[in-house]
Amino acid sequence: MYIGIPRALFYYKYYPFWKNFFESLGYKVVLSSPTNKEIVKKGIELCVDDACLPIKVFHGHVADLIGKTDAIYIPRIISIEPKEYICPKFLGLPDMIRNSIPNLPYVIDPELNLYRGKNKILNHILQISEFLNVSKRKAFVAYNKSLRIQRQFDSQLVEKQMIPQDALYNNQEISSNNSHIKNSNNLKVLLLGHNYNIYDDFISMGLIRKLQKQNINFITSEMVTKKIILEGTKKLEKDMFWTLGKQTIGTAYYFLDRKKVDGIIHVASFGCGPDSLVGELIEKRTKRDYNIPFLYLNLDEHAAETGFNTRLEAFLDVLEGRKYFEDNISTYG
Amino acid sequence: MKITFPHMGNIYIPLKTLFENLGFEVIPPPPCTKRTLELGVANSPEFACLPLKINVGNFIEAFEKGADTIVMAGGIGPCRFGYYGQVQREILKDLGFNFNMIILEPPQGHFFELLKKINFIINKKNNSIKDIIKAATLAWKKAVLLDKLDVEICKLRAIEITKGQSDGLYNYNLQRIIEINDEKEMSAYEVEMLKSFSSIPVNNDKKPIKIGIVGEIYTILEPFVNLDIEKQLGELGTEVYRNIYITDWVRENLLPSFLKPKDYKKMLDLSRPFINCFIGGHGQESIAQIVNFSKMGFDGVIHLLPFTCMPEIVAKSAIPKVSQKYSIPVMTIVLDEHSAETGFRTRLEAFIDMIYHNKEGKDFARVCTWN
Ligand code: SF4
Ligand code: SF4
Repeated sequence: MYIGIPRALFYYKYYPFWKNFFESLGYKVVLSSPTNKEIVKKGIELCVDDACLPIKVFHGHVADLIGKTDAIYIPRIISIEPKEYICPKFLGLPDMIRNSIPNLPYVIDPELNLYRGKNKILNHILQISEFLNVSKRKAFVAYNKSLRIQRQFDSQLVEKQMIPQDALYNNQEISSNNSHIKNSNNLKVLLLGHNYNIYDDFISMGLIRKLQKQNINFITSEMVTKKIILEGTKKLEKDMFWTLGKQTIGTAYYFLDRKKVDGIIHVASFGCGPDSLVGELIEKRTKRDYNIPFLYLNLDEHAAETGFNTRLEAFLDVLEGRKYFEDNISTYG
Repeated sequence: MKITFPHMGNIYIPLKTLFENLGFEVIPPPPCTKRTLELGVANSPEFACLPLKINVGNFIEAFEKGADTIVMAGGIGPCRFGYYGQVQREILKDLGFNFNMIILEPPQGHFFELLKKINFIINKKNNSIKDIIKAATLAWKKAVLLDKLDVEICKLRAIEITKGQSDGLYNYNLQRIIEINDEKEMSAYEVEMLKSFSSIPVNNDKKPIKIGIVGEIYTILEPFVNLDIEKQLGELGTEVYRNIYITDWVRENLLPSFLKPKDYKKMLDLSRPFINCFIGGHGQESIAQIVNFSKMGFDGVIHLLPFTCMPEIVAKSAIPKVSQKYSIPVMTIVLDEHSAETGFRTRLEAFIDMIYHNKEGKDFARVCTWN
């Protein structure tokens, strides 16, 4: 039996676990195609108008799987950290899909809710075992094995500063994302944004490739430890209840405080609830307390690549200029 | 210390009563106007949801009148309002205002906690339990009366013989509820108010169509952002009922959770086939209430949400199916700072025409089957 996994949203975060888990249980895993024009178009057609781009794209990926698989795994991701949420649209995702896409194959939509503690992951596993009618014992064995693989993946991102695509496909030539950059004097950019936006080459219009091509070091929230993120969020008056927002703001505050980056790029989806507030807080602080260039890129289905490139280049030019100026002052000053 | 809070419909009336009777000075923001909106929009993040922006406008205008302490509700997510206060504080600080901000955070977030916080800030002796209960009872009573007033006027507007009469009565009663500051007097007034409704000559033969309003709480409760939809629908001869009233907000935000009505959960269950879990805000409730309205024989439902409102967008995805299954027409209206009166009325009219059309069809079908 085939289980389909949409190559969207938390695919960029949990795919190693999902794939290994279902495979250990004896299923074949089918991924939807990498995001492309067709998928985006399909997603826009099917999805409720006012949703953000990644949710629309997710709809497109689900549609892409129809006919290729016996079941589709669409977990209801309520919470992946205690006392935190992702966002209302993640909470309602399986509902949105059922409401909007006809002729779906069997949908496996167990709840993933770690709001009251990390050990609640076991409920998720139990639910899947019920969906698939496999023994609990088998499911737990698969869980333990897949957890190890997921942890390896996570630590690769941090230790080797890899991007998920490279870690996923074991792209050994690129053993480290920033390894090709020998010169530590190169520009360092903090790339903020939700994993499913910045790592989806199509949605982000090749942003990461563009940075790599120009030999720009970049750090993302996935490349830093949890400790760093928590350190960064210490400055918040109120703990942030959005996991992705907290990662974004924690990483930003940490690096801003230590003056370790030359510029910040924040990629957000048009209409993203959490980012409309998180982005504002970061931008306000950057402008008020630090003199660091900030580029805010808003993604929606109408974003045009030319405008995007122009803004990116202008931003990078500013960074180059500043760096040149600083280096010369420090050398000769 | 001069307390202020964001506007949301008539909620300022019980809140003002409450704080004043506890011995605080209160300066509610001036009523929402275009200026409020403009101030809010100019100073808030572009992509924030509309209530946040109007709150900001309210705060600025209240500061201009001398307020210096904001009291508002917080939240634990997943929706944005739980973080409104944090962002609004930064915005107002950047604008150079000097103020206190007291945010009522769940789960300890009920009224006693809030009071402790306020008293702590102004170094005041805590109020006696007796005083608190007295002030709270009066405020609650006002909220209950305001809700009754809203409900009744919405019924009358549809069938009044002289246009505008019920609105006159509304304003009169509103003024009285604001003024009265004694519980006994309030109880006596309640009888008077209920009687006053029958003073309006109505056309009893008219059987107006009934429209339910569901959606995001702020857009439902604040007439300024919903372009006075209840009044407009009333003028078009329809009877309007909504799923959220002031007392519901108070229950949700100020009272300990054991005081929530018991059948609330049961009502939410109606949404299960379409939205199977809590999705933040009132998203799940919107769907449940559409079903509910349909079961109660309503002729149509209007679903209101601010642009980019997350829970209501999820809810919106379910509307075509719900509407079909329960054969009830539903119209979604997205509100933002550009919502304009023009066109709005036409949309309402078109919706009502459609309902009449539908109704005729249905009655016709009924006649046919009966034959
Ligand atoms: S982009 Fe924002 S609004 Fe959209 S799913 Fe992600 S967190 Fe939610
Ligand atoms: S319910 Fe809608 S309007 Fe209210 S905070 Fe959430 S997103 Fe904003």
